[in-house]
Amino acid sequence: MLHYIGKRVLHLIPVLLGMTFIVFLIIRAIPGDPAQVILGQQATAEATAALRTKLGLDNPWYIQYFDYLKGLLTGDLGESLRTRQPITTEVWPYLAATIELAFFAMLLAVIIGMNAGIISAWFQNSWFDYIAMVVALIGVSMPVFWLGLMEQWAFSINLGWFPTSGREEVRDPVAAITHFYLIDTLIHGRFDQFLVTIKHLILPGAALATIPMAIIARMTRSSMLEVMRSDFIRTARAKGQKMIVVIYKHALKNALIPILTIIGLQTGLLLGGAILTETIFSWPGIGRYIYEAIGYRDYTVIQSGILIVAFLFVMINLIVDILYTVIDKRIKYN
Amino acid sequence: MVSNSMEMTAKEVKAVGPWKEAWRSFKKSKAALVGAAIVLFFVFLAVFGPLFVPQGINDQNLSVRLLPPSSEYWFGTDDFGRDIFSRIVHGARISLAVGFLSVILSAVVGSFLGMIAGYYGRWIDTIISRIFDIMLAFPSILLAIAIVSILGPSLQNALIAIAIINIPNFGRLIRSKVLSVKEEEYIVAARAIGMKDARILFRHVLPNSLSPVIVQGTLAIATAIIEAAALSFLGLGATAPQPEWGKMLSDARIHIMTAPWTILFPGIAIMLTVLGFNLMGDGLRDALDPKMKN
Repeated sequence: MLHYIGKRVLHLIPVLLGMTFIVFLIIRAIPGDPAQVILGQQATAEATAALRTKLGLDNPWYIQYFDYLKGLLTGDLGESLRTRQPITTEVWPYLAATIELAFFAMLLAVIIGMNAGIISAWFQNSWFDYIAMVVALIGVSMPVFWLGLMEQWAFSINLGWFPTSGREEVRDPVAAITHFYLIDTLIHGRFDQFLVTIKHLILPGAALATIPMAIIARMTRSSMLEVMRSDFIRTARAKGQKMIVVIYKHALKNALIPILTIIGLQTGLLLGGAILTETIFSWPGIGRYIYEAIGYRDYTVIQSGILIVAFLFVMINLIVDILYTVIDKRIKYN
Repeated sequence: MVSNSMEMTAKEVKAVGPWKEAWRSFKKSKAALVGAAIVLFFVFLAVFGPLFVPQGINDQNLSVRLLPPSSEYWFGTDDFGRDIFSRIVHGARISLAVGFLSVILSAVVGSFLGMIAGYYGRWIDTIISRIFDIMLAFPSILLAIAIVSILGPSLQNALIAIAIINIPNFGRLIRSKVLSVKEEEYIVAARAIGMKDARILFRHVLPNSLSPVIVQGTLAIATAIIEAAALSFLGLGATAPQPEWGKMLSDARIHIMTAPWTILFPGIAIMLTVLGFNLMGDGLRDALDPKMKN
């Protein structure tokens, strides 16, 4: 097991290096003089020259890349061109907000998606099965940004059930400790604010969860249908076990590997979807951090934001791969 | 008698080629036919729609701004008094063009790279496969954002970005197919008679690896349309006054409280088109390459 993990981590090194190189190129590949583009046409020659020196643009590219790598290894992600703050310290609250949202969305997607898939397989060809699969198909085809806007219109503006945007009650904020508001409100013993935080999470969480939910439901259904045709399920039923026990105790356990694969893949993709959801719901996460940076042409933030999300994406995939060996001992990796 | 029946069987087998067989299987799926009908409808709309829409894409009339749907303005009007229905019909041309062109571009480049990697193996394969791994290590929309932020925001650059991010999907697919095809006897035979690599690749390997590319291509058009709309929504794709569906949504956001129809219809257009390609892609997959299903 440790051998396998070590091997996987070693395989990651060239991928991570490649990632950093692509991200490094973002500033360097801007056509023309990057410093001029960043500062705009009105910038003075002195200001442009100063920025060139600051970004190391006067050095050969390989020295620039080496310096960039050196910075990354020491935890230096550079400085925001707009706020002049180190990105490493600035980014954490945004990152925590995205992780909280992504976790909540994935929880929704897994609970609803898996159960919808299980019930669909259980009552195959029933009206529930048809409706669930049609909804899943529409869910996969739904642009997340449009769904978010429609949710806002229906549930915030018309019905007033949920707040339209943001992450907390701005008039009565809770002092941030971990920047995970669900945890912070509990630490402060503010259960009222805990519920408010959940209310803020529901609409962006549901929008972000739709596509993974639909995919998880479809995968669970097909995986369960396959397992439920197995001999051991027939035996369990012949022994007189209740259907619910057969489904959740025996069948689900054996149908779990492909479902887990999809969950892992979707968790990573969720991070990409977050940029759109966060933009719509003014969710102060890393997606919005990058989006705002694009508007201000804050290239160092764009660079670091993309690198952080890609790094998380790769790590999630690694964890999922490792989880396979834990869940299914039959899987042997070479 | 026996030879007669053998001849008959041979004729029957000849009559049902692999494409015909796939078409038969495709026709059996109602969902796939619905998908194909939706796609054909939008293709028709994109090609001929602009000829019969009531208004041009930029016919402004501030006296009728933000009107709800009516018999005169089927989908209502936007904040410049432009007819949303006419703009959506024109938008079909943009979305489908971006979808088709970006996928063709990524399929051509990806298939070429995948074919070379799979056929030649060794260091060429290692380098190309590692590049694919690195590209796939990014969530696709983020990589697209990175590319557009280098090239500058425009619809053309969004198209290029979408094409680039889809290259590894095609590359990996064709590489794995080539790996199995190149061991087939007819390829070994072609090599034995001294056929040149390029001829083997384009005459024999490529045609025999094509079905998964067609399936992936159809599904990728759906994703490309959403990605293009997402980039335009973020202000990185189409620019005003282009009636791109994502851009229309982005412009209409500020009117969500007073004129929700400005958001409703462009979104439905994106969803229906994507649904059509998804249904058709699923049907094609079952018909052409059932192994891809899982």
